[in-house]
Amino acid sequence: MDQWIAACAADDVDPEDVIPFEYDGKDYAIYRSPSDGYYATDGHCTHEQTLLCDGLVIGSVIECPKHNGRFDYTSGRALGAPVLVDVRTYPVKLEDGTVYIDVG
Amino acid sequence: MGRDRLARYGLTSPENDAAVELGLAGGAWFRSAIPRKRMKELMRRADYPAVRDTAIWFGLIFGLAGLGIAFWGTWWAVPFFAAYGVLYGSTSDSRWHESGHGTAFKTRWMDQGLYQIASFMIMRDPTTWRWSHTRHHTDTLIVGRDPEIAVMRPARLVKLLANLVGLVDVPLAFRLMFLHASGRLTADEADYVPESERYKVYRTARIDLAIYATAIGLAIGLRTWLPVVLIGGPRLYGAFLFNLYGFTQHAGMGENVLDHRLNTRTVKMCLVNRFLYWNMNYHVEHHMFPMVPYYRLPELHEEVKHDCAPAYPSMWAAYKEIVPAVLRQMRDQEYYIRRELVPGAAPYNEPMPLTDGRALPLAGAVAA
Repeated sequence: MDQWIAACAADDVDPEDVIPFEYDGKDYAIYRSPSDGYYATDGHCTHEQTLLCDGLVIGSVIECPKHNGRFDYTSGRALGAPVLVDVRTYPVKLEDGTVYIDVG
Repeated sequence: MGRDRLARYGLTSPENDAAVELGLAGGAWFRSAIPRKRMKELMRRADYPAVRDTAIWFGLIFGLAGLGIAFWGTWWAVPFFAAYGVLYGSTSDSRWHESGHGTAFKTRWMDQGLYQIASFMIMRDPTTWRWSHTRHHTDTLIVGRDPEIAVMRPARLVKLLANLVGLVDVPLAFRLMFLHASGRLTADEADYVPESERYKVYRTARIDLAIYATAIGLAIGLRTWLPVVLIGGPRLYGAFLFNLYGFTQHAGMGENVLDHRLNTRTVKMCLVNRFLYWNMNYHVEHHMFPMVPYYRLPELHEEVKHDCAPAYPSMWAAYKEIVPAVLRQMRDQEYYIRRELVPGAAPYNEPMPLTDGRALPLAGAVAA
């Protein structure tokens, strides 16, 4: 079931960057791509549960700050060792300058 | 006493499970607070510095090899091969390390390519060692968890000295190559290499063995040492420098801590050494923030030094501390070097008595 939650203002995230968002005790990561697309994934790396919001966004890739594991944050796909399990992604929409994610 | 303690370092020892149970494994480590904007600047990758440095590195390697070959059979070949050996057998370690983190280049395939080449040169399987190093960063100097503790308590001095010319690493590397080529891992490797990655280990071992067999076959067939002086041999006669650099990282410092300032050193080095070591002398900074590429580590050092003990001014200064400490640990295995932080630094992160650096037995603490 859809459950759209206002996560942040669009300007809260710099282009090619990521910020944390917490809802109902769960961590999420909100991304803004270099072309101003917005995306959301689980907040933690699937390898050792490090917060991805401290990592580096390179194009459509988020690199985990602990072991440099990489995900394509637009699809959640793990891009190689040490991350072998995809990260979950969430639908995102932008309305009136606010970024919503569907946590349902 | 010493032998019992050394047994605790094995990844199949009870210390591993105890570290997990007590929260030391995958623990929350101290990191200096750096504004996100500045961290992004420091983490940002570029191809140019590593392309430049790698071109110089390979240029020197091939140039020295060419001169060594040209003068082969005369004493003039010795200095060229001595330098070639150090570049091949020692400085491949830092290239292996940086490209393994994926931080040397902006372009991914460049990191991956350098990683494969440097892994071959330093005689490390690229897959097992990737996972080994991942564990080293998760559980740095946690006894029974970290597979990369070079100087244990008590130190195995004969092995450390023999390894200055590769006499431990090289036979071990070949033993592992044969084991891997037969489709098997050691028990320790099985602890940190996922099932889905193991086929790469077996494949690489077979390729590497084929290369070494070719070099040895050429040496026998052509009745000359030249092929093994060029391939594989440098890991023996040129290995001393990476050991000398490497001991400065953690030797004599705290174990079972959750603060890299307690178990890691930063040592100031001259420009030549920093080129050869790719700035890995900024080791506290590297462990705190492994995403920062080697060419930004001097800047990172400036950002965190207010939270650290003063950096050692030279390798000499570091060894003046390391040697006596390691010798003392031969008889007192609870001893470790505990450095004083600069005034105003964030205090050491010591969330429980067991994280005080002495590395008392964890398995006993769990049982109690």
